[in-house]
Amino acid sequence: MVGILADKDRIFLNLYGVHDWKLEGAKARGAWNGTADIVAQTPEWICDQIKASGLRGRGGAGFATGLKWTFMPKQESERPHYLLVNADESEPGACKDRDILRNDPHLLIEGCVIACRAMRSHRAYIYIRGEYVHERERLLAAIKQAYDAKLLGKGSVLGYDVDVGVQHGGGAYICGDETALMESFEGKKGQPRLKPPFPAGAGIYGCPTTVNNVETIAVVGTILRRGAEWFSGFGTEKSTGTKLFAGSGHLNKPCVVEDAVGISVKQLIEDHFGGVRGGWGNLKAVIPGGISVRMIPADQCDEAVMTYEDLASRGSGLGTGTMIVFDKDADLVKAIARAAYFYKHESCGQCTPCREGTGWMWRVMERMVTGEAEMSEIDLLLDVASQVEGHTICGLGDAAAWPIQGLFRHFRHEVEDRINTYRARKGSYAGATIAAE
Amino acid sequence: MSVRRLSPHQPASFEFSPATLKAAKVWMANFPHGKQQSAVVPCLWLVQKQEGWISEPAIRAVAELLGMPVIRVLEVATFYTMFMLEPVGTHALVQVCGTTPCQTRGSEALMAVCKRRIGAQNHKSADGKFYWQEVECLGACSNAPMAAINDYYYEDLTPETFEALLDDFAAGKTPKPGSAIGRQGSAPEGGPLTLTDKKLYDGSLGKKIKIPNLPPKATKTKAPA
Ligand SMILES: Cc1cc2nc3c(=O)[nH]c(=O)nc-3n(C[C@H](O)[C@H](O)[C@H](O)COP(=O)(O)O)c2cc1C
Ligand code: SF4
Ligand code: FES
Repeated sequence: MVGILADKDRIFLNLYGVHDWKLEGAKARGAWNGTADIVAQTPEWICDQIKASGLRGRGGAGFATGLKWTFMPKQESERPHYLLVNADESEPGACKDRDILRNDPHLLIEGCVIACRAMRSHRAYIYIRGEYVHERERLLAAIKQAYDAKLLGKGSVLGYDVDVGVQHGGGAYICGDETALMESFEGKKGQPRLKPPFPAGAGIYGCPTTVNNVETIAVVGTILRRGAEWFSGFGTEKSTGTKLFAGSGHLNKPCVVEDAVGISVKQLIEDHFGGVRGGWGNLKAVIPGGISVRMIPADQCDEAVMTYEDLASRGSGLGTGTMIVFDKDADLVKAIARAAYFYKHESCGQCTPCREGTGWMWRVMERMVTGEAEMSEIDLLLDVASQVEGHTICGLGDAAAWPIQGLFRHFRHEVEDRINTYRARKGSYAGATIAAE
Repeated sequence: MSVRRLSPHQPASFEFSPATLKAAKVWMANFPHGKQQSAVVPCLWLVQKQEGWISEPAIRAVAELLGMPVIRVLEVATFYTMFMLEPVGTHALVQVCGTTPCQTRGSEALMAVCKRRIGAQNHKSADGKFYWQEVECLGACSNAPMAAINDYYYEDLTPETFEALLDDFAAGKTPKPGSAIGRQGSAPEGGPLTLTDKKLYDGSLGKKIKIPNLPPKATKTKAPA
């Protein structure tokens, strides 16, 4: 078997778009099967089942999904409840929700209905990043098919009425943050909100709102069909289930694949991603969860497994489960400098540490790439990173600090060598040419 | 943060085409009564589809359509980098992803092609046909390096295949989007190694099932609609 999950236990059966993505095809693969029986249950039953399955949010933070749903008010008031599905997918390395949106959209739409029932909501919106034009066209077509079949809308054949709509994003990474997503949804700049109030109290239009990732919502139908214990049977106690993983970077066959949580980093790379370019011995480092987590060096990759707890114990994280792989020829300093540019470009500019810090860190990183930085600037950079981390409104500040911290934790000597080489080459060191203002 | 300003060269006026207006109304109806402002991003995008870019008169027209203060629409148009604030090429808007996963697989070579053929980024080519820019991760990293050209994604590119695409666009053609090496979506090169079990696709999963773990006295009463 390739990987550790058998085909019969996969959820996304049309991951690659080989089969019919439309309603009939999706139904033949089990989507919408038994949905009426599920939504006939109480919200408590659905939340309890999802809690028992151990499902954790697939958008990066890994919060327990069933528990999150119980934060919504127990009674619907004149303020409607909203489910807002996060299809902003802008984390570098992440490209998994895209395959659900374009090839298995009915699993997502069905999941919206079930999640709405669990939260006493009748209205879901899927916020999709603007550049996903093809994916949006597919999703809108699939929603129309569901309306035509009376699976959505008033008088639903399922016995529980849910309307599902689409919102069109503007292509900003920051809008993936749940409160920025809500601002953007309402037609404003995507700048995160201060919490509290929390979305379950006051989200879009001031109404109770829950934000969930595409993958989180798209798996709930199958979990309830097959039973919570089926899903929790994969992985570890704290990291259960199956998950989409993506590979990018120096791999022979980068791809997206579903496997069980708890697959080892090595097996994921060797079985599914065609191995590291130049062989396992040529591996230098892996960023396992999208670029916002810290990297782990090759010597830890023999033991590392794709679970929340194992990767956290290595100072990294499962994040979105989408890994970036670097071989021995990779210039890690340059790779992280490019990541630093990304955060500088995507900062919304609201908090001073993030707005100023991301730009400053990027400029210093660029000088580290060439080696023309001062040795003392390494500690200064790490100090600035730690001052940005945890001192901002949203997680983008942390996300900007972590890749840099990961680089220096494991590869500080490379930067030091580069600075030394640069000085040696220069003969007499004339000082940095780009001011670190 | 990206600092973005409106173009110093603005047209005198802007007019919605009937098709744009129709599509804009669909988006407005997508949101609760009184919340048409939520449609501002899709409406600006429709304007961009019509004109190629977002002009100042267009911002005013969108503000009027949605009953929003002009300054709010201006804020949105300048905040989201997807909106082009000056005229772009007549044949192709080329957006090469330059973020780390694409960089590790050769996006710099693609951008070198753009520089040679089109010129500096964020400018039109001499013949007015092309406009290119480096953009941040487009969410297709397993098919890196890639570029969005006009609306769709072109993936698994090499400088050679990328040049061939640009030739096609220059000739007024619209080449088929997707993988330049014939991959099926994000499946591994050479074909999927998973999802090969035929039983998944014989329709048996669509047969009636009993949901497990239902409470002993399943709530037979229908949920309130
Ligand atoms: C800067 C930033 C970007 C984010 N981008 C995404 C994203 O693209 N998609 C996503 O699902 N979650 C993203 N998140 C996480 C969301 O804020 C939120 O935690 C998540 O959508 C919740 O869904 P889940 O519980 O199902 O994971 C981002 C968070 C931050 C701070
Ligand atoms: S941390 Fe950065 S992106 Fe987040 S709110 Fe502050 S300035 Fe904006
Ligand atoms: S980095 Fe280029 S698509 Fe993600």
